[in-house]
Amino acid sequence: MKILVCIKQVPDTAEVKLDPKTGTLIRDGVPSIINHDDKAGLEAALKLRDEVGGTVSVVCMGPPQADVALREALAMGADEAYLLSAREFGGSDTYATATIIATALKKIGYDLVITGRQAIDGDTAQVGPQIAEQLHVPQVSYVEELKADGEYMIVKRQFEDQAHMLKVKMPCLLTALAELNEPRYMTVKGIVEAYEKPVTVWGFDDLKNDLNPEWIGLKGSPTNVFQSFGKQLRAPGTKLVGVTPEQAVEAIMAKLIERHII
Amino acid sequence: MSKDIFVIVEQRNGVVQKVTKELIGESVKLAGDLGEEVVAVLMGYNIKGEAEQLIHYGASKVLVLDHPVLENYTTEPYVKGIVSVIEQFDPNIVLFGASSIGRDMAPRVAGRVHTGLTADCTRLDVKVENYQQYLLSSTSMSLQPEKVAALDKSDRFLKMTRPAFGGNVMATIVCRKYKPQMATVRPGVMEMPVKDTSRKGEIIDVDAGLSMDDMNVEILEVVKNAKKEVDITDAKVLVSGGRGVGGSEGYNPLRALAAELGGEVSSSRIGVDSGWIEKSRQVGQTGKTVHPNLYIACGISGAIQHLAGMESSEFIIAINKDDQCPMMNIADLGVQGDLKVIVPMLTEAVKAYKAKQNAI
Repeated sequence: MKILVCIKQVPDTAEVKLDPKTGTLIRDGVPSIINHDDKAGLEAALKLRDEVGGTVSVVCMGPPQADVALREALAMGADEAYLLSAREFGGSDTYATATIIATALKKIGYDLVITGRQAIDGDTAQVGPQIAEQLHVPQVSYVEELKADGEYMIVKRQFEDQAHMLKVKMPCLLTALAELNEPRYMTVKGIVEAYEKPVTVWGFDDLKNDLNPEWIGLKGSPTNVFQSFGKQLRAPGTKLVGVTPEQAVEAIMAKLIERHII
Repeated sequence: MSKDIFVIVEQRNGVVQKVTKELIGESVKLAGDLGEEVVAVLMGYNIKGEAEQLIHYGASKVLVLDHPVLENYTTEPYVKGIVSVIEQFDPNIVLFGASSIGRDMAPRVAGRVHTGLTADCTRLDVKVENYQQYLLSSTSMSLQPEKVAALDKSDRFLKMTRPAFGGNVMATIVCRKYKPQMATVRPGVMEMPVKDTSRKGEIIDVDAGLSMDDMNVEILEVVKNAKKEVDITDAKVLVSGGRGVGGSEGYNPLRALAAELGGEVSSSRIGVDSGWIEKSRQVGQTGKTVHPNLYIACGISGAIQHLAGMESSEFIIAINKDDQCPMMNIADLGVQGDLKVIVPMLTEAVKAYKAKQNAI
């Protein structure tokens, strides 16, 4: 089985802080990681390969530094890696991103594509389904369990109030939830090997025969950023410091009564 | 010419979901700004009986797609149905709930009709004046009033605002080159409209050319979640616990207080990730957005991702040992102290107060 896993390198948003004066992001020194959902997707792909045989290829679109994320995927056990990196790809929204990635996936060939549900920086959850649309294959998103059954995948699809067990014929695309599994760690041997394996870098020229330049990058994106800004935090209220528990309870009770909560 | 705001109705087991009503309410306001109408798109099987209430909540028209292939949600038949509606009716704007269903089908619809889609919006504007007021009053853009004032007031595109970077920044997105303009909207954010049973509208059956063959996945089993999920977005009072509660048992005093106040218990992410409490009670960027009358944050330091989900609560009380943590800085009343002492004492005080009131 030929499995392709799409990963994104993201800043660890748990580490991102806001400058209280300007309301802008402080990005300096924020570590880059493989997006959580994508890493779970990679782990699922590696397990599947070990059970039924085949190969796992990882694909990442991003700047040259995203090489680090692909090396980590190789160190976890992926067989090969592709970095899609070009100036022409910059500024792409989800539609344009999906167009570029889908073009690369067609060129590589696949039976099964796994993406993460959503990236922690953009939080859109749109690229996976939009890749599936461009590949004209069925999708199942929010996958929290999966197994292969001949030419089918059997997956558990999570909703807010229920789950569906679904049977879907390959080729298909699944979007993985971080809850799917606990991704393995890189091994020392894996890390050494990861730097011996090649990462194939594809730029615009490598994909241009199958890519409409009008549909990619900042100009080709249907959506554009109109404004971006920081939120203003709530104005501070009353703070009681160094009070006894009795005083604290008294102050809270006064507010509960004043606001007709009780 | 593209016109009207279409709301894709979310129904589960034939029950119209709250987010749909919120979307209709918001769309009525936007449609007023545009001089257009609100059209609800209702899909399902034996579903037509739900159409009337959508009019009562504010839709002028309801398009009904009733077909057995739509009985349970699967991606392809729903996408095909919506794409057919877009091709037949040429809407200006199409809105979906940002639920696990809406976020599954909307990207695929946008891909098929080749238009833009903005995910998980928390605010929508047409009128530039409203948007300017928002920027000046509740964002850090107020630091650049001249930039805000320079916005073109004749702009009638939909301005779709959403959090990114875990709620650290907000971005407003526009889709100028393609129609329809599409967005998924976060549940629990838009105001619930008032139901008016005297309101009249049109109910239209639509043939989208659906067939049973459109289903490209097979549903083997529908697994109901064993526990009935509590919807914390409905609660008027939330007693919320974070790292400071220390473990699953630590939520018990919070439950007792919530019960006395007629509220529910919720949690920050740490409680859910540590397995202390169920995921459905998580407040924040990756959990739920809540705005209760009262939010009591017990031992929650207030990571930006958590604040993003609760900062529009009407009144916030924080109980924390650390008086310098972000939650204490945004709370209307912050008390420094040990929640393990204060919360049980507070529960007793509420009980005593209620008993006294009843005795009068």
